Amino acid sequence: MSNSILVIGGGFSGLTAAVEAAEMGYQVYLVEKENYMGGRVAQLNKYFPKLCPPTCGLEINFKRVKTNPNITFYSNATVDAVAGSEGNYDVQITVKPKFTTPQCTAACKGKDVATTEVPNEFNFGLDTRKPVYMPHPMSFPYQCVIDPSVVNTDEGKKIQEALPAGHVDFTQTEEKINLNVGAVIVATGWKPYDATKMDRLQYGKFPNIVTNMMIERMASPSGPSEGKIYRPSDKNPPKTVGFVQCAGSRDKDHLPYCSYICCLATLKQITYLREQSPDTEIVVFYIDIRSPGMKYENFYKKVKADPKVTFIKGKVADVKEGSNGNVVLIAEDTIGGGKVEKEVELAVLATGMQPEGALSPITGIEYDTDGFVVPKAGIIPCGCSKRPVDVVSSAQSSTAAALKAAQVINRRAN
Amino acid sequence: MAKVGLYIYTGDGIGEALDIAALTNLAQKEGAAIVKTHDDLYSPAGIQMVKDDVEKEGVDRVVIAGASPRYEYKDFDFPGVYIEKTSLRELVVWSHPSDNGNNEHVQELAEDYIRMSMAKIKKVAMPVPEKMEAPSQKVLIVGGGIAGMSAALELAEAGFESTIVEKENELGSFAAKIRKQTPIGPDYTTLIDPIAPGLIAKINANSKITVKTGTELARIANVPGNYRASFKSAGVKSEWDAPIPLTPEEKFDANGKELSAEDQKKKYNAKNEGRQDYMQVDSNAEIFGAVVLASGWKPFVPAEGEYAHLAWGNPNVVTNHQFEDIAKKGKIVRADGKEAKSVAFVMSPGAKKDDFDFPYASAVTSISALKHAKYVREDYPQDGKSYIFYQHMRTPGKYEYFYKSLQNDEGMFLTKGAVTEVKDNGQGGLSVKVEDTLIGGDMTVDVDMVVLATGMIPTTKEEAVINFAYRQGPAFRDLELFQGYCDSNFICFPYETRRTGVYAAGGVRRAMTIEDEMEDGTGAALKAIQVLKAVEVGHAVHPRTWDYDWPDFYFQRCTQCKRCTEECPFGALDDDEKGTPKPNPARCRRCGTCMGACPERIIGFKDYNIDIVGSMIKNIEVPDDDEEKLRMVVFVCENDAYPALDIAASQGKSWSPLPRIIPVRCLGSVNVSWIKDAMSSGMDGVLLLGCKYGDDYQCHFAKGSELAGKRMDNVAESLKSLGVEKERVKLEQVSIDDYDKVSQIINDFVEEVVGMGPNPFKGF
Repeated sequence: MSNSILVIGGGFSGLTAAVEAAEMGYQVYLVEKENYMGGRVAQLNKYFPKLCPPTCGLEINFKRVKTNPNITFYSNATVDAVAGSEGNYDVQITVKPKFTTPQCTAACKGKDVATTEVPNEFNFGLDTRKPVYMPHPMSFPYQCVIDPSVVNTDEGKKIQEALPAGHVDFTQTEEKINLNVGAVIVATGWKPYDATKMDRLQYGKFPNIVTNMMIERMASPSGPSEGKIYRPSDKNPPKTVGFVQCAGSRDKDHLPYCSYICCLATLKQITYLREQSPDTEIVVFYIDIRSPGMKYENFYKKVKADPKVTFIKGKVADVKEGSNGNVVLIAEDTIGGGKVEKEVELAVLATGMQPEGALSPITGIEYDTDGFVVPKAGIIPCGCSKRPVDVVSSAQSSTAAALKAAQVINRRAN
Repeated sequence: MAKVGLYIYTGDGIGEALDIAALTNLAQKEGAAIVKTHDDLYSPAGIQMVKDDVEKEGVDRVVIAGASPRYEYKDFDFPGVYIEKTSLRELVVWSHPSDNGNNEHVQELAEDYIRMSMAKIKKVAMPVPEKMEAPSQKVLIVGGGIAGMSAALELAEAGFESTIVEKENELGSFAAKIRKQTPIGPDYTTLIDPIAPGLIAKINANSKITVKTGTELARIANVPGNYRASFKSAGVKSEWDAPIPLTPEEKFDANGKELSAEDQKKKYNAKNEGRQDYMQVDSNAEIFGAVVLASGWKPFVPAEGEYAHLAWGNPNVVTNHQFEDIAKKGKIVRADGKEAKSVAFVMSPGAKKDDFDFPYASAVTSISALKHAKYVREDYPQDGKSYIFYQHMRTPGKYEYFYKSLQNDEGMFLTKGAVTEVKDNGQGGLSVKVEDTLIGGDMTVDVDMVVLATGMIPTTKEEAVINFAYRQGPAFRDLELFQGYCDSNFICFPYETRRTGVYAAGGVRRAMTIEDEMEDGTGAALKAIQVLKAVEVGHAVHPRTWDYDWPDFYFQRCTQCKRCTEECPFGALDDDEKGTPKPNPARCRRCGTCMGACPERIIGFKDYNIDIVGSMIKNIEVPDDDEEKLRMVVFVCENDAYPALDIAASQGKSWSPLPRIIPVRCLGSVNVSWIKDAMSSGMDGVLLLGCKYGDDYQCHFAKGSELAGKRMDNVAESLKSLGVEKERVKLEQVSIDDYDKVSQIINDFVEEVVGMGPNPFKGF
């Protein structure tokens, strides 16, 4: 029996919950499945509506993690199962090898000698990376990772030889860790809804249809194009861009709920495009612009004032291929009536958020039909594992979750 | 006498690029008792090497010269030993590849960083935390609505006592005065009974919670851990009402001349007639450790004559809030007693001009309109009709299910449209003209009543509410940036207000659903608990929670200039009659803005002060006869600009080897004396890299970088008077993700300085 708290997920919400609980004095285990902390927001270029970089807040939270003796964290690790009841959970964790040691923070040499390339998942496959890599420039932990696929290959040997002795360790194996904790905070977050599931939107069939998360990576200085938004077919900056709102969300065949953030994400991405070119024509197909609250409404007002942005109320129902790799978006114009067609050089699907629970549920945690976690006394969801929310609400929800977890520990101690 | 061990990492290209033997000799010359190198310093063997010296050789000051301090975080951590980390990898070797042919420059750069770190390590002292003995463990909650009640109950559940102060005579606020409530969790499709009465009952039964209704906070004085709260009956004046300082305008006379200190004092006293001085102690005050500000919101009621096209002023046109009052009383009826069987809800007042909602509207407005539409259908199931005219139905997240659940009701008519006119239809009702609707074209409907979906105005928009008895005044500062919400400006850290120990929650922070209010009250309760612990053990609160140090003042040399008391972004400093600052470590966030502000250089921390940084600057070697080797200092914000430099270096960006980087806590902590030190040591330029400021400021200490920017103007003036080009000192704003630009910013500055030639005072 231990008085500790497990936080599953090291994204924005999990980090917040972990540091807030630890700064109250509780022992915290933080488990992240990627090989870096920061989760979804680490992939974002800016936050709406302030247009500030997410890494700014992450940097502070990383420092809080680094300097707090109460936090033990694992990256590249998954929680396989949670069993027990309030105040007493047995948890099984698998930590996967990175095939490097923590002091391996400069993989440049290994990168130079590696000859193979794999799709870069951090950039949603927009570019490739070497099998030895730093997950991203602001990665925490700042430790290189080697793909399991090169273990015991010539490529692996070359990498090992190029790196300082002792920094590569191909003998590493999966490690199983069993913990007993008093409370579990679930901060497993979300994945962008799989756009290939929406046949009519033709994602994956036409090269110049991308998702909103891909735009985030393109716009990021650490992305595939050093921050330049381009159309994949010819790498040129698009002169016309169409945003398809509710790509999956508010749709009973896909995600029946509203994903909260996609409208504002589109407004934000319009500011990226505008910053890159004063001439880009932008059209947004929407059902409702969901910019709730004064801050968000003011942001909408600001973007709406841009004369080169057109908002059309109508859901995109069909997509055709146009000339020169262009994409034709076809929607029912619910105001003007009739069908409206717009040919754009680049189409952006504002795909919604699907909770991890819908894709990779954890044994011992209960989920609702959408995949969101059902709260229990000792199992406390926060952020987007609980319901679709923005970042500021995630901060609120994960701070609250930390107190709820602390209460569980207190009840047990009393 | 401290014993310094300096350890040089020679891996990752450092050993090849630099003359390590020369660096070793230099470190010894500079006073390091032990100097060692290791090509895998961060490996267990390397760490052991240092540990052995600490344990067996008595080393108590360690310099690690190697990778950026940001990457190593737990290995070199020995109790009682001060560890200084200087980056030879990112700031020297990676950012200055030797194939540029400037090996000599790069070596000199490394040598200067060794000198600077030695200068620092010789002067640092270990922090001695300012601990508060037995801080109050009780939390004051201002406001007894959902957020406040949730905070109280959650605190009680965590073992903490609290007192709720509520202006009204009952707890519950608006949430207690509603007929039905929108859901706070699954299932999201059904209206539920209000939860407020249940919370009130729980509070009344909880021995850890004290409730003071009909009561207001006159003032709150002193510090987290030991706040003194003076209460009063709601709505009355009290001698303990917090005094209000003079505004900047009030400090000048009619002719624009600044009033003398004495005249200002007179004016201040007149303004605060009948109020006790802010430093006066109220012996009847109650003691609290922390505060949750949950004072909520007020309904927006349009002024007379506003929204004429919506017939505001007609007795049958009401706000959503007034409609709820009607619904709470019984069946929906009009002022004249007639049953309101058909009701139109107007969500967006802009007619065809724009598609925005009412001021201070939010998701709550949309969700409430749906709820109210449902009331009408519940009251008149046979022939009731609800029309909701919206531009954007804002039911985010799972509230979409609530919206969906209403769409199949035949008596519910929901459409996008521009409401262009509401007028008396001459038959005792109202006609509502709507254009551009979803069902095609324009329409006019006759209804019994029209409801405007108005917003929720935060209580802090018009009043201080919290009423601090602080030198800087009773209110949170700069709330106009957030339209009056008591917001923090930080998306990542919403609870970090500009006053340590006070955490805003609920509608005062932003418009929220009841579900959000409960969560928010819980979050704020946690922050309140944290601050109680922080003051007890003496560490800072966010963002420097690891910091056990606090600023020390050497009062003998204080000239009462008031800069520190006025500039502190967190209002941590009070003062006495004469204007001598009174530090309040428990309110302090340790940004060092006071240190940067002080012209007498009397404020500092144990490991970060005027002398330490000044010594670092003076230890930079400045060749006085080599025009190829001009020297600049770059003060870099450690939170954002410094990481940007790290990443730039790791991505192969390089910059000129002439400047020397000095990380600072915040640009606000940069004292002008350091700039003078640099210029008088013959350096040729000073660059400051800090966070963006302005409305969307990114400075973690809210005002630091902006204040530094203001000070730059004074620096420019004094440089000019010396005959030195003012362009030699410059401030640039960078974000943490400007790693693609930061090297260019440095290079541009260097080029500009090189263009000006050497500092005219070089060598003097």
